[in-house]
Amino acid sequence: MKRRKFDVAAVPGKAAGGVDDRFQVATPLRKLLNKVFPDHWSFLLGEIALFSFVVLLLTGVFLTFFYEPAMTEVVYNGSYAPLRGTPMSAAYASSLDISFDVRGGLIMRQMHHWSALLFMAAIVVHMMRVFFTGAFRKPRETNWIIGSLLFWVGFLAGFSGYSLPDDGLSGTGLRIASGIMLSIPVVGSWVTSSIFGGEFPGEIIISRFFIAHVLLIPGLLVALISAHLGLVFKQKHTQWPGPGRTNDNVVGERMFPRYALKQGGFFMVVFGVIALMGGLFQINPIWYFGPYEAWVVSAASQPDWYVMFLDGSTRLMPAWEINIPIGNGYVIPPLFWPTVVLPGILVGLSTLYPFVEARQLKDYRHHNLLQRPRDVPARTAVGAMAVAFYIVLTLSGANDVIADKFHISLNAMTWAGRIGLLIVPPLAYYVTYRICLGLQQHDREVLAHGVETGIIRRLPDGRFEEVHQPLSAGDGHGHGELDYVGWVVPKKMNRLGALGPAIRGFFYPIEKPVEAPVSPGHPPVEPRPEREEIGSGDSRR
Amino acid sequence: MTSDNDRRRGLLARLRGRPAARSRGRRRLGAAFRLIAALTLAGGAYTVFAPGVQAQENPPLTGAAAEGRALFDVSCVTCHGRNAQGVEGRGPSLIGVGSASVEFQVSSGRMPMARQEAQAMRKPPVFTDEQVRQLGQYIQELGGGPQVPQGNLREGANLATGGELFRINCSQCHAFGGGGGALSSGKYAPSLAPASDAQIYAAMLSGPQNMPVFGDNQITPEQKADIIAYIQESLKADQDQGGFNLGRYGPSTEGLAIFLVGIVALVFASLWIAGKS
Repeated sequence: MKRRKFDVAAVPGKAAGGVDDRFQVATPLRKLLNKVFPDHWSFLLGEIALFSFVVLLLTGVFLTFFYEPAMTEVVYNGSYAPLRGTPMSAAYASSLDISFDVRGGLIMRQMHHWSALLFMAAIVVHMMRVFFTGAFRKPRETNWIIGSLLFWVGFLAGFSGYSLPDDGLSGTGLRIASGIMLSIPVVGSWVTSSIFGGEFPGEIIISRFFIAHVLLIPGLLVALISAHLGLVFKQKHTQWPGPGRTNDNVVGERMFPRYALKQGGFFMVVFGVIALMGGLFQINPIWYFGPYEAWVVSAASQPDWYVMFLDGSTRLMPAWEINIPIGNGYVIPPLFWPTVVLPGILVGLSTLYPFVEARQLKDYRHHNLLQRPRDVPARTAVGAMAVAFYIVLTLSGANDVIADKFHISLNAMTWAGRIGLLIVPPLAYYVTYRICLGLQQHDREVLAHGVETGIIRRLPDGRFEEVHQPLSAGDGHGHGELDYVGWVVPKKMNRLGALGPAIRGFFYPIEKPVEAPVSPGHPPVEPRPEREEIGSGDSRR
Repeated sequence: MTSDNDRRRGLLARLRGRPAARSRGRRRLGAAFRLIAALTLAGGAYTVFAPGVQAQENPPLTGAAAEGRALFDVSCVTCHGRNAQGVEGRGPSLIGVGSASVEFQVSSGRMPMARQEAQAMRKPPVFTDEQVRQLGQYIQELGGGPQVPQGNLREGANLATGGELFRINCSQCHAFGGGGGALSSGKYAPSLAPASDAQIYAAMLSGPQNMPVFGDNQITPEQKADIIAYIQESLKADQDQGGFNLGRYGPSTEGLAIFLVGIVALVFASLWIAGKS
């Protein structure tokens, strides 16, 4: 009998052929794998959020195996001695068990919490990148809106998760949340009693928040993230202007293999950073807070950082109570303004910004090329103003910790926050605007006169002048004829002729620097090594 | 008018039958003289019948208290005044504060104060333990007041009860981890990290500075022992199971860490990855 020859090398091809025979995927897959993504470090900030969301899902699933979402009272009898014998809710007891008795439970809990903080931080940083580079402009307004919604849904996810361990800190947060809901005029008390199943705290809130936290909100997040990524796919990623890049093309790397490999690597890095933080830095030590009891409130009770701006706005708000003389009198408490109205305004402003700007500039064209922040001073300054506003509020949310640790009066901190909230944002606007204009000016100067060489020449009549290296042939007066194209203008001699750094490699050079001639009389013996064709530079390919 | 004046002249003048021609000045002088005379008489009678002034030092100070008084007269008298009765605008009276208060304030270095400010800070103590005891003895013998009991202050303590009591009574100001917190106008609840058993006990008994008094009828000595045990054996001896505790300041430093460590590390990572081509 003749043995059939088994060709190993042909296996993948044959297998793929078999798959394509049955599912007809080759054509769409080829399109997908060949899709080109522009590459720049700032385009990876959103991926940090995506990858930390994946870590959130993984660690979160682990936690659900051991967490018990119930408020039934139990007596703790686990390994943490200082709480043994203390009556507490089953939710808190199981959170303690995760921390002390489940193998690997504490690092999972800490990784979950750190990745939640990282998720929100990366969203904010990514949002700032998109804003300052004008990536939200037509046709990407929808994606901008989805992105801002992601922040607010992430905010809800974080808050509901913060409440689940049912420790002293979560209970304090829930109490404040119930107060905020109660402050809403007319519907407040109905909203609160329907969410809490009666008066705070009730007996149902933990199980309700659990199902919101593990099913409803993550479902919404997955849906929004898919839509977000789908739109990036459909509308294609924006790119920086540069050689060969126009409003109608995309210059970058194919999805497969390079882009996919890089993204896979980056996921590992994000995972690693979160795991390191989860293992090295203690976060939310619930065992110190104790079980939630209405009469226990610790100093330095703060929400996680992305909620802290609301805490800050509440601390800064003067006690202005509005009494409306209807019936027995109706009161709108001061809490309503900083915690319901302010976030409402912020949601509105952030989602509508692309349309406001387009209307203001009467600019309804498609934009696929990014803008450098300095080239749009008004937008950059508005962004700086928003960031300053947010930072003042966030710092005010921690003003008691700052006051205590830096030995400042708490009253002074509150007033500094109140005054700062009004003064710092306009100041940030002005300063940023001037910095942008200054940077623009310098770019134009270099284009007109050339790069400063650092060589000072003395003229026969005794004057000194600096020698500039013109970037183009010029017109005889040393004035170049180059136009600004919206990208980096070389400002140092060793950046001339190359858009990226002359020597490649981030941590150590991966190519040898060209040896400088020892003296003009002794030129280097070896020929200059072949250098790669100068493309768009390695830092932004 | 004349009849009015007549009525006002007073009994003596009418007895003397003098006409109402005395000047107003002389009448006033007379009244003052009579007042002084009456006061002298009352004062004299009091001196005769009341116990002697010297009786305050009777029984005389014990040896330790006398030493304490000598220290007091050198270091404390400027603000707390002679005999510790206080000086308006500088320092309060120490009559009745007891040795517990002295123990807390002096052994933690808060007294003598460096300057008048919102609150006295903890400093390296100026006096030795023996001197603190002498000062305490002096104040104790001067006006009585709460005293810190001798011996082990956390005998037979229950950590869990202590934790519960700590969270209810102490964590509002000293925070869940005992690291302290801000109060209004530059005042603050200090960190409990450097506090000794006796200092914590004395603070609860005497309610120093902005702290309320937790007397024995509010928190019994057994409960005080529980709280001290929780602070010393749980909060301070705890190994921070989760790793570096970021100062136990709660979510504020955690937020700082995610930006300073997480975001910074990942931005560098993205620079690195994007730089590889």
